[in-house]
Amino acid sequence: MKLTIALAQIYTKLGDVNANLEKHLSLIAEARRAGAELIVFPELSLTGYALQDLTPSVAHSPTVNDPVFRYLIDASKDIDIVVGFVDEDARHRFFIAGAYLSQGMVLHVHHKVYLPTYGLFDEGRFFAWGDTVQAFDTRFGRMGIAICEDFWHASVPYLLWLDGADLLLFTSASPGRGLNTEPRLESARWVEQINKAYASLFTTFVAHVNRVGYEDGLNFWGGSTLFDPDGKLLAQGPYHQETIVYTEIDLNQLHRSRVRLPLLRDERTELVKRELSRILEGAR
Amino acid sequence: MIDLRFNTDLAENILTGFIKTEITRAGFSHAVIGLSGGVDSSLSCFLTAKALGAENVLAVRMPYRTSSQDSLEHAQKVIDILGIQSITLPITEMVEPLFARFPDMGDVRRGNAMARARMIILYDQSAAFHGLVVGTGNKTEILLGYTTLYGDSACAINPIGDLYKTQVRQLARAIGVPEVIIDKPPSADLWAGQTDEDELGFTYAEVDQLLFLLVDKRYSPRECIDAGFSKDFVERVIERIRRYHYKRVLPPIAKLSNRTVGYDFLYLRDWGT
Repeated sequence: MKLTIALAQIYTKLGDVNANLEKHLSLIAEARRAGAELIVFPELSLTGYALQDLTPSVAHSPTVNDPVFRYLIDASKDIDIVVGFVDEDARHRFFIAGAYLSQGMVLHVHHKVYLPTYGLFDEGRFFAWGDTVQAFDTRFGRMGIAICEDFWHASVPYLLWLDGADLLLFTSASPGRGLNTEPRLESARWVEQINKAYASLFTTFVAHVNRVGYEDGLNFWGGSTLFDPDGKLLAQGPYHQETIVYTEIDLNQLHRSRVRLPLLRDERTELVKRELSRILEGAR
Repeated sequence: MIDLRFNTDLAENILTGFIKTEITRAGFSHAVIGLSGGVDSSLSCFLTAKALGAENVLAVRMPYRTSSQDSLEHAQKVIDILGIQSITLPITEMVEPLFARFPDMGDVRRGNAMARARMIILYDQSAAFHGLVVGTGNKTEILLGYTTLYGDSACAINPIGDLYKTQVRQLARAIGVPEVIIDKPPSADLWAGQTDEDELGFTYAEVDQLLFLLVDKRYSPRECIDAGFSKDFVERVIERIRRYHYKRVLPPIAKLSNRTVGYDFLYLRDWGT
């Protein structure tokens, strides 16, 4: 089975949800016309990244009654969509969230479980921590969403893998930093390394969409990637440029890679559980 | 080995993108730059001309009567190479009445007054030319506080403030700033014969390496000494960074209410754009 994925590395307006929604709808239509069956937008694609005190005013609920999501859910009748947003729950906690929309329904919502609050990051000050890591079924197979810092903790992709995800969808708003003599920033090298590693170690597809543009002095470097279950780079977007990267993936590659390299078959989850329990109990 | 070299194509791409987007989203298409003829302001002019187009950049030359003729000529070279707009507005008549009122004014006071007179002109040209003031301060002088508060440090955006002085030279060379500008001794040109390195008491080449370890690489003072810098030099530089921190932050507001600008009223400048 083949699947054409559109990685939409877009520039967002900070705090202007309506302008960002319009951009989403227009790019969704463009991707659909280009034959894509799934379009993935970056972290916080509806709101912009460094929201600070804008956080409560840009929150939306992934339901048909929501004035923003009703358009996106409607647009998902023809193409599956992953969108980044601020989710406000019934108790008024705000989460950095990613929603998977398909055929007019919300299939899954992931709340970011690791909020970087160090260095130039301040997410824990403004957002609540997500508390679940779950894969979900789509018409193209089982997938999992992780948002930026989530995939800097190996446990999140690992759990998604064990929960059945064969396509990992990573979204980011990664600020560019670390200029040296190389033609790419250190932040790009770090992220590309681990994406390739996850694809190789888990014999899964790993798609990563990173936004572009600037917020005050921060630049976001784009460079979205898609790695196949052999860890081979199938496509990469340009650095720092707004674009949609289209890639057709052959889902049968999962079969071929896992025949060659049965890492999933041999993964000893009971051993992991036993040893993890021992380690955690020992730490008490 | 401490290596401050970097990929100049990548830096140019990020910095021109920064200038263009930050000026455009603020609702402007023009820029105003105080062009002294030194390497910092020349580099800012080159980057801004690339970002916005030469016709949208106004270089302002603001000599004082003792300013060196070389500076004016070097600035003219940059204007001619880039084809940017320019205007020359001497500050002598602005500052001399103040100097006459206080005849015993020392070099620091006079230098500060001159830097602030230039700021007044730049911000006036900003309104007249409908352009934002693009800054010319580098990371070395920002960290050392070697700058006049509300003077040469005043700007709307600063594209080169995360490049050390030696890195400014590297990017300037790559982007085509004339060698004569890059190679001359850096000077604020506030009085005849002044050079930055004489006044600071060390060279940019030395202090940039130390700052890189202290700031970028998070070395402790002890580790810097172990890396070969003298104890006295390390201590002097750390003290300078601390003493002049006030120049790098907005003035503290005394908190009284539940919500106060700077503490718990937090928005980026790009809010809504």
